[in-house]
Amino acid sequence: MVGELEFERPITELKKKIAELESFMQEKGIDLTDEIRSLEERLSALQNDTYENMTPWDRVLVARHPERPTTLDYIPYLFTDFIELHGDRLFGEDQAIVGGIGMFHGQPVTVIGQQRGRDTKENIRRNFGMPHPEGYRKALRLMKQAEKFSRPIICLLDTKGAFPGKSAEERGQSEAIARNLVEMAGLTVPVICIIIGEGASGGALALGVGNHVHMLENSWYSVISPEGAASILWKDSTKAKLAAESMKITAPDLKELGVIDEVIEEVKGGAHHDAAEQSRRIDACLQESLAQLEKMSEQELVEQRYEKYKKMGQFTFVNGSIAMN
Amino acid sequence: MLKDFFAKKKKYATIPTERMKQDVPEGLMTKCPECKHIMYTKELKKNLLVCQSCSYHYPMSSYERIGSLIDEGSFTEYDQDMISENPLEFPGYLEKLDSDRKKTRINEAVVTGDGTINSHPVVIAVMDSRFRMGSMGSVVGEKITRAIEKAIEKETPFLIFTASGGARMQEGILSLMQMAKTSVALKKLSDRGLLFISVMTHPTTGGVSASFASVGDFNFAEPRALIGFAGRRVIEQTIREDLPEDFQTSEFLLKHGQLDKVIPRDEMKETLTTVLKIHSGRRE
Repeated sequence: MVGELEFERPITELKKKIAELESFMQEKGIDLTDEIRSLEERLSALQNDTYENMTPWDRVLVARHPERPTTLDYIPYLFTDFIELHGDRLFGEDQAIVGGIGMFHGQPVTVIGQQRGRDTKENIRRNFGMPHPEGYRKALRLMKQAEKFSRPIICLLDTKGAFPGKSAEERGQSEAIARNLVEMAGLTVPVICIIIGEGASGGALALGVGNHVHMLENSWYSVISPEGAASILWKDSTKAKLAAESMKITAPDLKELGVIDEVIEEVKGGAHHDAAEQSRRIDACLQESLAQLEKMSEQELVEQRYEKYKKMGQFTFVNGSIAMN
Repeated sequence: MLKDFFAKKKKYATIPTERMKQDVPEGLMTKCPECKHIMYTKELKKNLLVCQSCSYHYPMSSYERIGSLIDEGSFTEYDQDMISENPLEFPGYLEKLDSDRKKTRINEAVVTGDGTINSHPVVIAVMDSRFRMGSMGSVVGEKITRAIEKAIEKETPFLIFTASGGARMQEGILSLMQMAKTSVALKKLSDRGLLFISVMTHPTTGGVSASFASVGDFNFAEPRALIGFAGRRVIEQTIREDLPEDFQTSEFLLKHGQLDKVIPRDEMKETLTTVLKIHSGRRE
């Protein structure tokens, strides 16, 4: 049984009721089949209703679910012969980012993703999935290696943000992120990015300048976390829910804004209910993406990325005048 | 309400204009916010808005900066009439833009254009922290990207003065995407072998620090500017550790190998001229 989220409480309660009736029926030998069947129908309707009408905040909760599959959970489903590679060759090894090589349907690829922990102990080791500069520099090293050997690059984005700390600043967190953006722009191999959980700010984008950018249905991607936005905009981090609603951070919103290419549908209730099935859906999306990008020349790949990002933004003109009264 | 301030689009703007001069401290005398030294405002302006006593660098508006660097009469502004929309329909955003336009008399947080610095041609972008804290939304990203493309077209160096609190929250993900957009353009500039100089001024943080500001062929900064990725308060809360007094200043970055040089304002034009001179003979 996976952990229950706030908005799922009515579902859990109904499930509990059904279970109670079932055990009552067994104990007392009273036939309650009809009652149970009717409750099960109600449950199914309630589930459909709940999961089809998730608010942005519900999705944020699903994206943060402790059991939500992470980069390392998806890798065995998606790739064979995976070998993890470590270190930036400059300072150290950052376990908040994992990267390596493997095969995707018989084709060599490089895989890189942010990695949070699944329990407290692992979270400490992986710094809660918040990379330091050496993590981004490791990622860049592996991307350059992929380019050298003409391997497509697949990035899985899942971070609350780049780590805000003294050591990260000293070692050039800004430069590490900025360098990745510029260098990813010029990669001559296909780059496919998938936001699988949380995608906060420059810390996510530093693995996110791709030819194609896809998003799992319940993941979020934003300039800042809902809590951060609330504290900046309204000086009140408890208004995170409101920020989530107004910032347009969900996959359907970002598809509409033209920021992402495909929304990868999640299994009912979220990816954590069935990682294997979710992986099959990611696999299908990756195959299609890769097939399209493989047809492009090195130059076309760079040019496509240029045109893709060049288009992003919304502005207007005031016919040579300053808009003011 | 729209009012035509520049009814006729001038090809050459003489910078700084009288209008822009109003943005410097008012009054006959000015008190330095750092050392409380009292100076004649006129003297302060003549000294490029640097305190004569403690060398505090006052913030400069975009046009003041351009006036201090670009040869008189050589500046042509780009995309002056580009303004922000409200893509997320964020409550109050348009009003805030409007009020900043009135306050600063510029349309957005960056001024771009071309001109010469001691006869060396450059394309220049100068951010203005008075407008929405210099934050980067779609217009800032687009103007900078277009300026970079102009530099590629004209085969001239690209120079940027950053002054920004980071991404523009009210444009959400689109402001984040401006980091990618300016980066793809900078990659093209770099691949053409063209020079990119970044000069970070107070403040340069967040998404601006984590994109174009940090990837110049030369990364310079003005003295004592605040430069960093994450805010000091956020860091203090995260790591519960006392931060050094000079944390995230130009001097701190220099010490940690993140900057090529810290350049006081009175040496800026001269140093930039030298760098431009050294790169003026392009290798074929």
